[in-house]
Amino acid sequence: MEVLLDIISWVLLVSGGAFVFIGGVGALRMPDFYTRMHAASLTDTLGTILVLLGIILQAGFTLSAVKLLAVMVFLLLTAPTAAYALANAARLARLAPERRALDD
Amino acid sequence: MVTLFGVFLLTLLVITAVGILRAEHLFVAVMLTGIFSLQMAAMFFILDAADVALTEAAVGAGVATVLLLGALALTNDRERPSGIRPWWPLALIAAATLLVIYATFDQPRLGDPDAPVHQHVAPWYLEETPRLIDVPNVVTAILASFRGYDTLGELFVIFTAGIGVLFLLANPSKGGALSLSQSAESQGLRHHLVPRVVGRLVVPFIVLFGLYVQFHGDYGPGGGFQAGALISAGIILYALVEGESMALKALSFRVLAGMIAGGALLYVGVGIAGILLGGNFLDYSVLSADPVAGQHLGILLVEAAVGLTVTGVLLTIFHSFAARDQKS
Repeated sequence: MEVLLDIISWVLLVSGGAFVFIGGVGALRMPDFYTRMHAASLTDTLGTILVLLGIILQAGFTLSAVKLLAVMVFLLLTAPTAAYALANAARLARLAPERRALDD
Repeated sequence: MVTLFGVFLLTLLVITAVGILRAEHLFVAVMLTGIFSLQMAAMFFILDAADVALTEAAVGAGVATVLLLGALALTNDRERPSGIRPWWPLALIAAATLLVIYATFDQPRLGDPDAPVHQHVAPWYLEETPRLIDVPNVVTAILASFRGYDTLGELFVIFTAGIGVLFLLANPSKGGALSLSQSAESQGLRHHLVPRVVGRLVVPFIVLFGLYVQFHGDYGPGGGFQAGALISAGIILYALVEGESMALKALSFRVLAGMIAGGALLYVGVGIAGILLGGNFLDYSVLSADPVAGQHLGILLVEAAVGLTVTGVLLTIFHSFAARDQKS
């Protein structure tokens, strides 16, 4: 049982880290603001949640697990909202998507 | 492992600092300052200074960034290019840096129990806190009771800063600026459904967490400074999503001014109550029949005073910037 939990939590932690890393690469490599934000925001939310789930499995049924769960719920709410607000602000500022990104 | 994290974070800090200096767009600089504060908070946490980390995260990364953005809205967001080549200051800073690096060779190892700083009064605090004050968080005991004078000083620094900003920015003689304006700008993000719904959902929890930090400071990291920053961050978020006038309806300038002055008065009042009951200024032991209970009561009141003033000052500064913005 212990080993199984460890394996699951490691899988979650590593895949979470991989998502965050991919998001980082995307934020650097994508051609314009909107695609960069798209790369960063989606993977960031998923990656952080996976990492937090992994840590919760390590913590077991403790107070820390409840706190981590609360952090996770708040991230689930706030991270997409922040991404929305950012994209919305860019649109209001009339930042146009790069042509090259549209043509491809 | 901790060393690895420390080196990583410090490297990031240096990179961020260089980024702040080189950023010509002031908006970028403000955002980087927030990131810098967040990294600093993580660094404090690695060094086991949870109370300081909480303060840095709440004030530096949270409220200060919003206030700086509010200030930016009043000015130009580009740095004016100056033709000055700062060779002399650069040489001076380089020399000072070399001096500091040279001084670190004599520094005791991190966390060395024999270091002078751990030999002076720290052991006394650690030994006597359970007997004299009996709160688990020694930081709170030192901050609010043993070093109550220092905290009083800090409170009055914040008090003075708040009064100063009010004098500089708020201009009641012109009218309008301080009254509730129903212009389009003051409506905030009302027509944006997503931030509004999520904001409404999150704000109560932020304020609740602030109250928890306020009253749980005896047992865990926290206290008036952190709680004040958290609660005002929650209310600033409310002002951003619902419009500033709604936030002013909830906590008007009058109430905020009362909080600023009331907090300072409460702190001094607790001190004077100590004198009247036959003790020294800010000696909480005489506040109750049992000295330890008196200490608990004194710390509770003093922390509440700090929380009130900090919340009042931060919100007043925010509203002053916002009111100024609408006028121009």
